[in-house]
Amino acid sequence: MKYLIPAILALTATAQDAPEIKFDSVPNALQLPAGLYLGEVGGVATNSRGEIFVYTRTGHPTITIGSARPFAHGGSRLFEFDANGKYVREIGKDTYGFMYAAQVRVDPADNIWVVDEMTNMVIKFDAQRRVSMLLGRKEESVRVPARAPTGNGAGQPTDLFDRPADVAWDAAGNIFVADGLGNARIAKFDKDGKFVKSWGKRGSGPGEFANVRSIAVDAQGNVYAADGGNRRVQVFDNNGEFKTAFTNVGNAQALCLTKGQVLYVSNSNPPDDIDRDGEIYKMKLDGTITGKFGRAGKLPKEFGTVNAIACRGENTLYVGEVGNLRVQKLVLH
Amino acid sequence: MKRMTLWVAFACGLFAQRKATIDNVRELPFSAVPNFLKLPPGEYLGESVAVATNSKGHIFVYHRSANTRLFEFDQAGNFLKEIGSGYYGFEFSHSVRVDKDDNIWTVDEGTNMVTKFSPDGKVLMVLGHRPPAVIGVQLAPPGPNLPAQKYTFCRPTDVGWDPRGNIFISDGYCNNRVVKYDKDGRFLAQAGSEKAGKTLGEFNLPHGLQVDAQGNVWVADRTNSRYVVLDNNLKPLREITNLGVGWTMCISPGPHQYAFFSNSNPNGNMPGTWDTTGEIYKAELDGTVLGKFGHPAKMPPGFQVVHMMDCRNPNEIIVGEIESWRVQKLVFKAQ
Repeated sequence: MKYLIPAILALTATAQDAPEIKFDSVPNALQLPAGLYLGEVGGVATNSRGEIFVYTRTGHPTITIGSARPFAHGGSRLFEFDANGKYVREIGKDTYGFMYAAQVRVDPADNIWVVDEMTNMVIKFDAQRRVSMLLGRKEESVRVPARAPTGNGAGQPTDLFDRPADVAWDAAGNIFVADGLGNARIAKFDKDGKFVKSWGKRGSGPGEFANVRSIAVDAQGNVYAADGGNRRVQVFDNNGEFKTAFTNVGNAQALCLTKGQVLYVSNSNPPDDIDRDGEIYKMKLDGTITGKFGRAGKLPKEFGTVNAIACRGENTLYVGEVGNLRVQKLVLH
Repeated sequence: MKRMTLWVAFACGLFAQRKATIDNVRELPFSAVPNFLKLPPGEYLGESVAVATNSKGHIFVYHRSANTRLFEFDQAGNFLKEIGSGYYGFEFSHSVRVDKDDNIWTVDEGTNMVTKFSPDGKVLMVLGHRPPAVIGVQLAPPGPNLPAQKYTFCRPTDVGWDPRGNIFISDGYCNNRVVKYDKDGRFLAQAGSEKAGKTLGEFNLPHGLQVDAQGNVWVADRTNSRYVVLDNNLKPLREITNLGVGWTMCISPGPHQYAFFSNSNPNGNMPGTWDTTGEIYKAELDGTVLGKFGHPAKMPPGFQVVHMMDCRNPNEIIVGEIESWRVQKLVFKAQ
């Protein structure tokens, strides 16, 4: 632990000194049809054609009464837009696995992966928008009253998730799930969905997490996990061995890694406060912050609890916000 | 005897009512426009707790039907469109108000969210944060209220703006405060807190709010059965205690502003309440009462628990009622 302390001090100074990156927010970046609204944006992602996918909490799940147990359904929707931001279609309307949007990501083969924090499922749609793989299972009925959090967050060595938050892949197609807010672990599966291993539990030491809200994998297969509750990003090798931590990033809630290996990290403000945090950092993979932009707020170019960053282009980002019920398209200068 | 006392206390708590103590107020004659709002076949209003007009005279009704919904009508009462169908911030309506730029603001006490819609129905700003569904079904929290947060509401009730665009929100059923934000939604100040109280500057269910042209903030302090006037920095100036329950109020725009106060009859139509409640008062901003109008009744032009008034034109009052699922337009002779 001792050897980390000088590094922490050095990196903290870097965050404060990082230059401001000039940027603009493109007005009307997404054009929704009349009568359709985004809710809290869990995820935003683009595919190789620049098409945009938004997974959003449009309402709350409905609980049916007058049944043997209380069953819940609905609450989130997945929308697709073309590269110009024009609405194209809804994907997975009324699907069993959509209740509380956590994230959407698109893999190198243009499969669309949805992570749902309440059905505890990771759903893979192929490029034709058909369901092609499922991880996790929705609980059959909903707990009334709400269950108190239990356990140490290590979870089971399976694909049973507890509030998963994000998904990423390495070059070999192995799948990494950030699991997440109920559990505090990372689960690794092979490309066919077979469980390989998981690591982490709740805590603040190396390899432990307050929560895992976002995840990215670099070209070498190293895994970057946003551990915002401990105000850091932890870095692991492909098998989960702890390598280092970036402690200069605040409440890391959303990560995105570009093809050119530039890492964006959002120091997201909490949903009930816009008077602190909110900026996004641009970083090198050694933890150096090379620039920062934005702040918490409600206006364009301000952020309300960023939960997702899409960074297919290094200087054209989409950010999804929980607090402002919107997606902004940002152009960095 | 003890049981009797308890029963009375219980009944008063549920069906709070108060006879206005002001006397000798003259009646203002009016006529109600018959069949004012015309809905398409198959559409219904639910509890019409919130009504407002914009500068063109369009009427917005934010009502509790199966889902809470926001409807827009033209000035003649013809249905134009629905705004925000399926929107995340709609669960249980409480107030709708239109600002000077014709933006439409909804206050939802189910989602704890206040939303600013552009005149054509796009979301421009949201205040407050909906409790996350992912934690499951929550029972109403027992015990004292949690400390009030800058950007989180607890069943908020109403919204208003001063001439500079600062935003004021009455919050609400489980906080007991008025909150001020700047025009960009940044917290500036609050009066009251999560705790209910009776002294001036404290509130017990602030249920309605308006801001006058001087920037003073008028609050309907419902469970305290009064109206309270605050200055622009939320310092209390005075209270009005002789106009009944303090449910809702309205201040007309223009160079000569009037205030309207509703002594709404209580929900449930308890025996006897129709004789002593239900009237609306018209007053000058200095407190001089000019007259009163209206009585409880099931059929128009009677009132069934007036929850909100629009007074953009002080000679054409539009009232939204809880128990009749109805919006009425009342026309007065110009004065």
